[in-house]
This record gives sequence, structure tokens and C-alpha cells, in this order.
Amino acid sequence: MSARTDTPTNNSDFSAAKCEALTNQYVRSDGILRPGNTNCAGCGMSLGLQWLDQGLEGEKPTMVIPACCGIVTAGGFPTSAYGVPTVATTFASSPAVATGIAKVRELNGEANPTVCWTGDGGTYDIGMATLSAAAERNENLIYICYDNEIYGNTGGQRSSATPLGVKTTTTVQGKAERKKDVMAIMAAHRIPYCATLSLAHREDFLRKIKKARQTRGFRFLLILSPCPTGWKSEPTDSVELVRAAVGCGLFPLYEVFDGVRYRINARPDGTPLDRYLAGQKRYKSESIDVGLIHSQIREQWACLEALERSFPARKED
Amino acid sequence: MARALVTGNNAAGHTLAVAGEANRVARGCCGGAYPITPQTEIIEFLRGFKFTKGEIVPVESEHSAMAVCIGASLAGARSFTASSANGLTYMTENVFAAGFYRLPIVMIAVNRTVGPPWNIWVDQGDSLALRDAAWMQFYCESHQDLVDTILVAFRVAEDRRVLLPALVAEDGFILSHTTMVVDLPEQNLVDRYLPPCRVPHQLSFKHPGTVGGLTWPRETEHHRREIQEAMEAVPAVMREALDEFEKIFGRRPHGAFTAEQTEDAEVVLVACNTMARTVRRVVEARRAKGEKVGLVKVKMFRPFLREEFAKAIGSAKRVGVLDRNHSPGSGGIFWTEIATSLRQRPDVLLQDYLVGLGGGDVLPRHVEEILDDLKARKQSEEPIWKEVAA
Ligand SMILES: Cc1ncc(C[n+]2csc(CCOP(=O)(O)OP(=O)(O)O)c2C)c(N)n1
Ligand code: SF4
Ligand SMILES: [Mg+2]
Repeated sequence: MSARTDTPTNNSDFSAAKCEALTNQYVRSDGILRPGNTNCAGCGMSLGLQWLDQGLEGEKPTMVIPACCGIVTAGGFPTSAYGVPTVATTFASSPAVATGIAKVRELNGEANPTVCWTGDGGTYDIGMATLSAAAERNENLIYICYDNEIYGNTGGQRSSATPLGVKTTTTVQGKAERKKDVMAIMAAHRIPYCATLSLAHREDFLRKIKKARQTRGFRFLLILSPCPTGWKSEPTDSVELVRAAVGCGLFPLYEVFDGVRYRINARPDGTPLDRYLAGQKRYKSESIDVGLIHSQIREQWACLEALERSFPARKED
Repeated sequence: MARALVTGNNAAGHTLAVAGEANRVARGCCGGAYPITPQTEIIEFLRGFKFTKGEIVPVESEHSAMAVCIGASLAGARSFTASSANGLTYMTENVFAAGFYRLPIVMIAVNRTVGPPWNIWVDQGDSLALRDAAWMQFYCESHQDLVDTILVAFRVAEDRRVLLPALVAEDGFILSHTTMVVDLPEQNLVDRYLPPCRVPHQLSFKHPGTVGGLTWPRETEHHRREIQEAMEAVPAVMREALDEFEKIFGRRPHGAFTAEQTEDAEVVLVACNTMARTVRRVVEARRAKGEKVGLVKVKMFRPFLREEFAKAIGSAKRVGVLDRNHSPGSGGIFWTEIATSLRQRPDVLLQDYLVGLGGGDVLPRHVEEILDDLKARKQSEEPIWKEVAA
């Protein structure tokens, strides 16, 4: 049908030997995240993906990643910084693509976990309906949102995870709305397991990955993921920023079982809020009202404490 | 052979189900399903079917229905779904993704007008809008044609020389909701006809890599050219698939085009789907009166075999295209495709008729009027709006 102007591509040779030779040239199976990835220095994903690997204790996941920084991480074809089978899905689709994969794995008796690794854009915004539906169907998936509170991949626009007052390229005066409480939304789906994970609390992080691994059904994990590029922070500060966010109470560490039983894992330790805000230029805005953030933190904690008091986790949770 | 009185949608549902079931010897079958008129009975049928090794997921949208198919196919299963009109347009992003991932998914498109304004009746504009998504496209004229084409579509789609998804279209209501006697394919025959589905780029722990990640212009161009080459492999693979079909089922489904009474025809009409049957009846009646008229039925729209089409019209000097679709600012979508096929034939008067849009009932007398117009005209003009609605 089409005329040729130069040598045709050759797709006719699918021989196993040739495929093997080609793949062996590029592939080293050494973990989920391998050297050579494209993450910026100090990116929360770099630590998060390595700890995910450690938490899975050798179990190889299939990674399902929508449009976001996390898929750029893989690098350009034919290389792959992911050392496990990985799919780059359309932006809103990762939990639905993962559903298909997990169903077929199950039909074939394969126990390997299927993991969605997604940004806040894919979770809080464009993928919310897909996520909600997969959670409602209680698909057997581990869904992890690395929340950098911004559209990193497209250069730093607002998402509904961007906190009140923060400057992004589409909220130049500072964002007028509060961050969406995605944990409450996911808990409302009454899925078996929801948890927040901190990149400054390794043991707690690994325990939660293990818990997720040992639970069946839909598991939702939220990681506060520093983005030096978008947060305008120092790459070397990333872990300390997360420690400050947990310490000042801005990012509570907690778990929700079956959407109804709560366990708080760390309480505010008196770290001043400013330790978190000062290191990030995205918070250098007229519209930042520190008093308001303080009162929102208090309100959030009053709520969480009340939930834990009234609906505590069981010992075996 | 199980002869049964069934609707188009039940015939399609049954055929998808037995095709999925046939893959129980390999990695099973899985797809996503979301209802829309006039497709709904197909997915209801699939949800009710007891697969030995398969599952149909009732998702929240068509976008996710295709996403589930993509995941299932990447995991090595046979995968299929069905939709219509706004379901197809809503699904579009992942329709393109399925094509560009080279996944042999089969989708039934029950043709319906894309809204607004809301109209549930037949119009091929919905599936034709997906023509650039790297899917094969087949258009069916009858219940039996639909059943047979679905099986052929799986076989061609999953062939290693092709590895492209396939869309099989049937007319909303005119086919989907009417009842005819059909030879429904039995499981044991389908088991013989469809080899186990193998997706060579299935997700693999042995050879981990990123499917669908970043490419540069050079790789992307190669990717597109490989898809073109796969499209070019379709005619030969399809011929084999039809030969094999005939051996196993004892009848031969139609190929890309069927040229009927065209050898000595001076005037040829081109149509697809159920409209082709109406045209056939008119052509036969005119032939009985001694008029040299013929019909070319288009079954396969992607790939579009331009040379084969040019041959199919024979030496006809007048060709009229019946388009039940409209590309605003251009005209009929079949017509533009046919015009490029006849670019070496300046002697042919080619006229487009936009007919039956939004489900208008195309009756024999409308086809007669089109034929008379075509025979009488001095030259062709812009696509003609041939109104049929009463
Ligand atoms: C349907 C669609 N719309 C828009 C885009 C462009 N896009 C790609 S990534 C992205 C933002 C991703 O943000 P997030 O999910 O938070 O991940 P991050 O980049 O921050 O890691 C956008 C808007 C797209 N790929 N697909
Ligand atoms: S832009 Fe931010 S999230 Fe994206 S790779 Fe860089 S640091 Fe990580
Ligand atoms: Mg983000």
C-alpha cells in the first residue's frame, strides 16, 4: 500500500533467539528502580521506589504507571530503569489497566502483586473516577500515590492536592483552595487498607508495605513525596522536610482498616511548622496565612483523634 | 451447527463468549464492560456467561472498559468488549492506546449516532471516527456475517504477522435488535478455529521492560511504519483465516470487498452494513430489467485496500457511494477513501450521497432515486444530502 523511500523496518523476525539477544543486551533484573533513571536529585520517588522494593521482600510486582514523572523515570525506549514488568498507561487509567492485569494473573494462579504507582494528578484529579471504581470493586491491587502536590511532569501546575496558598505556575498568587483529603475519600470506600507513609520513617514505611502485601483487596497508600524542582527546595533537604511535615502535624501518619478502624502511628512532636515551610520557596507567598494553617492542623488532629478514639484499630489489624 | 433464532446483539455476545472460552487452554479471557444503547445486550450476555477461565469486569466507564482490555491483553489473555456512539468517543484515548500497544483486542461497535443531539439510531460516524487508531475495521451486513466476522477478526488480530486490534461494526437496531436464524458457532469448532492467544510482548518477569514508555521521533516513526506493515500483512492473513474458516465451518465469510455483478457494470453503487443488502435488492431488480448496474460492498475499511477496490468496480464509469456518516467540512468518509483509490481513473464519475444519517430508514426507493441520479448526471458535485426521513 505505501511506497518506500528507504530501508523498510523489519518486524517479521520475532524469533525467540533474537528477542532474547536483544533484551539481554539491555536488561538487568536488579530491583524495581535501577540506576540510570531520570528522577531529579532529591526526588521523593527515588527513595519511595527503593523502599517499596525492600518492603516487598523479593516479591516482584508488575508496575502500572500513568502519565506522570514516575513513568518518565523509566527513561527512553528501549531502556527501562524499572527492573520489573512495567506498563505506561494513559493518565486516568492505571487502576483499570491494573485490574485487567491482576484478573489475568489471578486466573493463572500467579501471586505477584500488581502495583499502581501514580502521581497526585492521576489520583486526586483525572484518575479519581477510575480509582474510585477500582476501590469500590475491591480489586486486588496495591495503589500507591506519591503525592508531590503538583503536576511535576508538565512543569509544576496546581492539582487538587496542592495546599492552600501554595504558588504554582497556574496559581501564581497562591492557591485559593484547600488540599483535598484523599485519605478520607478512600476510607469512605471501605477498602481493607489505607495508610499514609513517610520517607523519614523507614521502619513504619516498610511495615506498611508489608501489611499491604499481606492484605487482599484494594490497598491505598499515600506518600508525601518531596519534589525539589516544584517545591523550590534543596534536594538534600527532602527527607528532613518530610520529617518536619510529620513532626509539625501537617502530614499525619495513620492507617485505616476496612474504612472504619483507625490507628495513628505518630503524633506531632512540637516541630515548628516553619521548619517545613521555610525550606520551600513555593510557600513564599503573600497568601500564606500561617495562623490559618495552624488552625487547620489542629482541626485535622481533633478529627483524627476522635476517629481513633471512637473507632480504634484491633490488635490484629 | 446450532441454528438459532437470535438478535444481532445476542449473536455477537455468544460469539465473543465462545471465542473467550476457547482460550481457557491458554491464559484465559478478560475484558471490561459498560452499557450503552444499542450495545447493552452484548455486555449483559457476557456478564451472564460462565467462563471456565475468564472474567468480564463491570467498570465505571468505557474509558476504563478499554483500559481493562489493555491490561488483560498485556497479561496475555484474549480480550474483547463492545460499545456505541458516545461510549466509543469517551473511550477514544484508550482505543488509540490499544492500537499503538499492538494488542489483539476485538471490539464490537454497534453503530449509533454520536450526540448531541441525542439519537440512538444507526450512523457509522462513531466507529469511523476511530479509523486512525491503528485498529482493523470490519462492517457487517447480516447476523451471520457478524458472527463469522467476529471469529475471523480474532484470528487475524492475534496472528503474529498482524497483532492489531479489530473493530467489528453492526448497525444499531436494524441488526442489533432484529432477529434472524443464525448458525451459532459451537464451542468445539471455535476451539479448533482459534489457536491459543499469544501476545509476544506480554508482561514478563524474565524480560522486564517498560511497555508504552518514551520514544524519540526515530523510534516513533519506526513504530508507526511497523503498524503500516502489519496492516499490509492483513490481506494475506485474512485469506488464510477465511480458508480455514471454510474448512471448519463449511461456509466462507465475505472478504474485504464483494463485487457483485460488476464485470460488465456501467454503474456501480458502494455501500456497507445493512444498507448493502437494500442496495443488493435494487441492483438485482434493475439487472432483471437489463440495466448494467453492480454493487461493491465494503466489509473491511481498515486496512483500506485501494488497489483491490479499484479492481472491484471493473470498468464501470459511474460510481455512487452511499455514506451513512458525515465528516463535517468534508463529506462522506467512505467517499474520500474511495476517491483516493480511484485517483488513476479520471474517467470515472464519482458521486457521494449522504444517506440515512442519524438512522433515517434507507428504503429501496431511495436507492432507486440515487441510481437514477447517478445515471443521469453530467458531472459529479459535492456530496449530496439525500434525505430519506419521512
Ligand atoms: C489525558 C491527558 N491529559 C494531560 C496529560 C498531560 N500530563 C502528563 S503528566 C501530567 C501531570 C502529572 O501530574 P501528577 O500525576 O501529579 O504526577 P507528577 O508529574 O507530579 O509526578 C499531565 C497534566 C496527559 N498525559 N494525558
Ligand atoms: S519534577 Fe519533582 S517529582 Fe518529578 S522527577 Fe523531579 S523531583 Fe521528582
Ligand atoms: Mg504530582
